[in-house]
Amino acid sequence: MISNLINRKIFTLLKVQYSNMLEYRVEIALWAISGIIPFFMLNIWTNNNLNESINISDILLSRYFLCAFFVRQFSVVWVVFSFEEDSLMGKVSPYLIQPLNPFFRYFAQHLAEQITRFPFALIIAFFFFIFNPESIWIPNLFILILSIVSTFLSFLIQFLMQSIVACLCFWTEKASSIERLLFIPTLFLSGLLAPVVSFPVYVKSWIYLTPFPYLIDFPANLLSGNETNISAGLTMQILWILLLFPLFKKIWSKGTKKYTAMGS
Amino acid sequence: MNLRKYLKVYKKFIHTSLASEFEYKTNILIDLITAILSLIGSIFLLSIFFHNNGYIGGWTFEQALIIQGIYTILNGITNTWFNPNLTEIVKHIREGTLDFVLLKPIDSQFFISFKKINPSGFLEILLGFFLLFFCIRINQINMNLSFLTLSLITISCSICILYSLWFFISTTTIWFVKTWNAIEVLRSFLYIGRFPLNSFSFSLRVFFSIIIPIAFITTIPSEVFLGLSQFWKILLEVIVAIVFLITSRRFWLFALKFYSSASS
Repeated sequence: MISNLINRKIFTLLKVQYSNMLEYRVEIALWAISGIIPFFMLNIWTNNNLNESINISDILLSRYFLCAFFVRQFSVVWVVFSFEEDSLMGKVSPYLIQPLNPFFRYFAQHLAEQITRFPFALIIAFFFFIFNPESIWIPNLFILILSIVSTFLSFLIQFLMQSIVACLCFWTEKASSIERLLFIPTLFLSGLLAPVVSFPVYVKSWIYLTPFPYLIDFPANLLSGNETNISAGLTMQILWILLLFPLFKKIWSKGTKKYTAMGS
Repeated sequence: MNLRKYLKVYKKFIHTSLASEFEYKTNILIDLITAILSLIGSIFLLSIFFHNNGYIGGWTFEQALIIQGIYTILNGITNTWFNPNLTEIVKHIREGTLDFVLLKPIDSQFFISFKKINPSGFLEILLGFFLLFFCIRINQINMNLSFLTLSLITISCSICILYSLWFFISTTTIWFVKTWNAIEVLRSFLYIGRFPLNSFSFSLRVFFSIIIPIAFITTIPSEVFLGLSQFWKILLEVIVAIVFLITSRRFWLFALKFYSSASS
């Protein structure tokens, strides 16, 4: 009964948000295009033969960056910006009264946006294969499912991290600058611009303990067929989620106690 | 056009926007840390590239740092002036407040482009200058008058081109209403400016010099620093900058003809 109710809630939320997102198709298409930085990086890598010293062939590297693009497309999180706007505008108050954590609403928004984004990402991949026909490959079903799972886990880690930052809105009102700060290590250490294998040893020695390489590098390596430790990667992803979730719950309950509605 | 009046108005703009920005002091501090980390991250990425190969597109690491310095200065200028102002156009048009701007006895493009200022970009500009001075020392560039004038001319032209690109995209809001993501696309393309143009493949080089002249923005000033630039390239950049400025102005006036104020 209860699970049925939750299912219905989630389903309705998803349906509403999906039709909402379909309204902004052009927006989402543009957003998909703005994620093409990995392809520029691939161009630098192969054009200067930088991959020779890290023993990754051109084809594997192009697959890696294509997968990095895909993983990024389906793990982009912007919850802090929505939440900041809502809390500045005083929209959070009505959400708080509802018998549903407002973050479920944002979560559904993100999922709906990913579904809307999917065809555009496919079109970009299609163009990529036209220019690089030699890098076409078909991953086997098991790997495909595992990489979808790990992309989703990467999305969950980022969603939790940003939700924690978003909760800081209860104290500072403008939390998006903290998010921009957090974005810098995500950008440079996640493997979006260069695969983590190519990093110098003094970085590699500690980077696997941080959540960053599991955001893009690990799922992209998995999907593209590059060498990676599957069980260790998945374990670390789950560990980070288990660590971040109670933290989010704690900061949320503290924040809502602190919350005073705007203009009241 | 009364220059005195505009200067006086601009002074007021600076005063009011600084006053409102300093309301969020911790924000400014966080933005400062972000700027420093972002520069460290970019240099880290460059060092990974050069770790595997001594030359990238014919540039050594020390020479590529000049590009990084110029990029940092331009990025600081973007964050100080272009980003806070030109993203506002979207808001003006959605909420119909552009009417108030148009009614003021002052040039609308001036008002829209210079209303706000974000002080946290200043540190980025400073950091860029520090990096440039450092580069001048390690590359043993001797500073003379012709070098200084030429670099000043090319960098100011880059600023003009950058401004025109931002303004051009923001102006399209008048037709499309929501162009936040178009700005994201521009931002991801501008990312290219961190690397020498020669490090990309031929097709990308053509794209980034003819269709979107990002190549002009950082590569030509850096070549001036190294004394590599031919005279025609500098002349070309000046012409491109003038053409862009005039077109962006024309485009704004043209777009205003299509503006029908909201909810009327």
